Amino acid sequence: MLDDSNHIHDAVSSGTMWRGLEVILQGRDPRDAWAFCERICGVCTTVHALASVRCVENSLGIQVPRNADIIRNIMFLTQMVQDHVIHFYHLHALDWVDVVSALKANPAATAALAQKVSPSWPTSTEGYFKDVAATLTKFVASGQLGIFQNAYWGHPAYKLPPEANLMAVAHYLEALKWQKEVIKIHTVFGGKNPHPNYLVGGMASAISLQGDNAINIERLTMVRGLIADAINIVENLYIPDLLAVASFYPEWTKIGGGLGNYMSYGDLPQNGIADVAKFRFPRGVILNKNLNEVLPVDPADPAQVQEEISHSWYQYPDGKNSLHPWDGVTEANYTGPKPPYKQLDENKAYSWVKAPRWKGQAMEVGPLARMLMGFASGRTDYKEVVTQALGKLKVGPEALFSTLGRTAARGLESQLAVHWLMDEYDRLIANLKAGDSATADTQFWDPSTWKAESKGCGFTEAPRGALGHWVHIKDGKIANYQIVVPSTWNASPRDAKGQHGAYEAALIGTPMADPKRPVEILRTIHSFDPCLACASHVFGPSGEKLVEVKVR
Amino acid sequence: MSERFPSTYAVLQQHGVDRRTFFKYCTSLAAMMGLEASMVPKVMAAMENKPRIPVIWLHGLECTCCSESFIRSSHPIAQDLILNMISLDYDETLQAAAGEQAEEIRRKIMKDHKGQYLLAVEGNAPTRDGGVYCTVGGRSFLDILKETAEDAKAIVAWGACASYGCVQNAKPNPTGAQPVHKIVTNKPIVNVPGCPPIAEVMTGVLAYILTFDQLPELDRTGRPKMFYGQRIHDKCYRRAFFDAGQFVESWDDEGARKGWCLYKMGCRGPMTYNSCPTVKWNAGTSFPIGSGHPCIGCSEANFWDHGPFYERMAGSVPLPGIESTPDQVGKTLAVLTGVGVGAHLASYWARRAGKRIAGKPVDPAENTTGEVK
Repeated sequence: MLDDSNHIHDAVSSGTMWRGLEVILQGRDPRDAWAFCERICGVCTTVHALASVRCVENSLGIQVPRNADIIRNIMFLTQMVQDHVIHFYHLHALDWVDVVSALKANPAATAALAQKVSPSWPTSTEGYFKDVAATLTKFVASGQLGIFQNAYWGHPAYKLPPEANLMAVAHYLEALKWQKEVIKIHTVFGGKNPHPNYLVGGMASAISLQGDNAINIERLTMVRGLIADAINIVENLYIPDLLAVASFYPEWTKIGGGLGNYMSYGDLPQNGIADVAKFRFPRGVILNKNLNEVLPVDPADPAQVQEEISHSWYQYPDGKNSLHPWDGVTEANYTGPKPPYKQLDENKAYSWVKAPRWKGQAMEVGPLARMLMGFASGRTDYKEVVTQALGKLKVGPEALFSTLGRTAARGLESQLAVHWLMDEYDRLIANLKAGDSATADTQFWDPSTWKAESKGCGFTEAPRGALGHWVHIKDGKIANYQIVVPSTWNASPRDAKGQHGAYEAALIGTPMADPKRPVEILRTIHSFDPCLACASHVFGPSGEKLVEVKVR
Repeated sequence: MSERFPSTYAVLQQHGVDRRTFFKYCTSLAAMMGLEASMVPKVMAAMENKPRIPVIWLHGLECTCCSESFIRSSHPIAQDLILNMISLDYDETLQAAAGEQAEEIRRKIMKDHKGQYLLAVEGNAPTRDGGVYCTVGGRSFLDILKETAEDAKAIVAWGACASYGCVQNAKPNPTGAQPVHKIVTNKPIVNVPGCPPIAEVMTGVLAYILTFDQLPELDRTGRPKMFYGQRIHDKCYRRAFFDAGQFVESWDDEGARKGWCLYKMGCRGPMTYNSCPTVKWNAGTSFPIGSGHPCIGCSEANFWDHGPFYERMAGSVPLPGIESTPDQVGKTLAVLTGVGVGAHLASYWARRAGKRIAGKPVDPAENTTGEVK
């Protein structure tokens, strides 16, 4: 909803899809749960499988061998880095990069720019950019513009010169070629990507260094090579492009901040999942942008995480409005308009997304939350990359609380993550050298070894943010399974107090140059890296609908 | 023709690819499609002369793993497909446009290329309660799917969701999710199942359609025989261990470290049709069994409901007997999971087959295409 000066003064974020995984999981074997849960999302594949196995292991009291922990870390970081690179180039860049403008670029000038932006990236010659320009020209000349048609090209909000646009388009194609390579790490350990296989108790990919039909040095060396390539991509392609593009949009360090509350469950265990203090992604909550205080968070504490449904299409028993996931209930109750419909009523229930709250507060989760948590926790590696980036962009730390801040945080997190990925590989080798090649613990594999009833909680920091799974196992079967995903937090509708979720809050105050072509909305929503289709509507001051933006 | 729609070969030439390299590229593409050497010139001709077919790619209830798998393709790579081979006009994940601007494209393609565009469907439609469990831009996906299918030339149903139903369709299927063939009954549909399907299988199906201007031969559940013609068990490199009675009995045991057969850990290889042991995953890097985890049967209908993954199939599906050989198991399941593609497809192929095979009747019960002998 716009005010008279074309600034957004209210926003409604609606999740318009529900499959019912929590209902489908009931009554099933808990050892199967990871496979069902993984199919919650194929973009952030692995994250739900990881949270699920941790959840079931927590419930059954299973401790996985160190190698399995490390392999899971390797898969986790591989996913994070690949996901972030894809997000920047293929899901977000076109909000900032004008593809049609790239056609006007001078290849020699583009080469000069590219070599300045990233001297260590090898493919930056005039001939290379001439080829990319020719490819693009012929494609556009064909008249079949495919995925580039009918977009906002030429919109006044696009600020990059043609050379920067051509460089970005070339790198979009490079990143597209690379993303299919790095995930071979998942294929080595998990058999396939998307949706590699996990296992309650460890990982199924046995290691036999002296054998020739399981994981040995050939597979390990392949993994190492892929990690080295990933470091090159992040350091010499992604980060330089990110900073170069960001430098043209300084006003976006003041737009899209939103809530100012941040949460991270923490992740990347270095000494088992129970030793939270050693996580490389620290756990915590920051309220009201206060980087001087990191509050503790415990996803297993019923008083902390609750899911509200006052504006969501569900019902809870006994007239309740808010439940902790261990007591969670998933009973769909659609009370929205019958399709086809033109708008949703923000005073009623308007989303398939519940409203999770931490101690009654709305939270933003994701790379920005994690970077702030590390920074505020005094971790030197975080301080280093953040200070360096702020220096290059010539802005202060308040710039972090914005759309651009969120986008930059994703890149900086990748910078940390890709080096940690090599660290994890080295940890694996060290452990194998020490004589430990175990990959699974089967002590509690058989249901006959389980208690009659148990509860568990599993969590991870997915690329998009804090992810939690909660299970109640009874007589060897799942009695209840509840999931609160990062986009539940971020895409959350209002709660009973009328408090907005992160997307809604971030949009408020955004100026729009042309309400009929709302690229500004896309910029902010995409900065969260949404993992569902959410529809945002743009309404004029008198309530007339101007345009509707469907964000994937 | 080639000025308005530059051919793949023209673009490759422009990139400095010489004819010899182009020949090698077409040869490997042909080999992957299971074609004989004599077919290579045809593949080359297709790449030299074909315009780019418009493709509308819809997303219903899904997880987007099919799109992700698609861009993992190593041959052809995603860039080649999108820039040179097809015209991906509508795809919510990759396209720059959003909202109204995106919907305008969809309507335009449906109108300007009526009867000529390929409809690719990822995900499926909830049918309960008027389809409110999946709406796009205020419209039910069920409506959008039906509307977009009307003027399509053919439909490619990506993955387990669009082909059979997948996880949302598993018991108790709270949203009434149904695969494409249960909603659209008057169009040729190619089911390309898997959760997701292998990348090179997905792009291979498109390459085949583009090269030969026809749909590939389909099995009784609408899957291309070229990728789903044999079971995992038939082609598995661990089959020798199965035959020798050498099994993994427990995770990370001696058998696991020797790469022995995973049948006792619940492997669905004997009843699953797919290309995992041959094409493998991610440019031939590995596949589930090769990395130590049993096959979960993700290219078969209702695989989520065939009992716990780690218990052998015999417990939950009516089979001839626990001691059945995998051959018997495979045949029985093929019958049990068979989904009739319908008389429409048989008659579609009867019409096409009539031109190519003189005097050979098409029996829908035997196969759906009229076998070329």
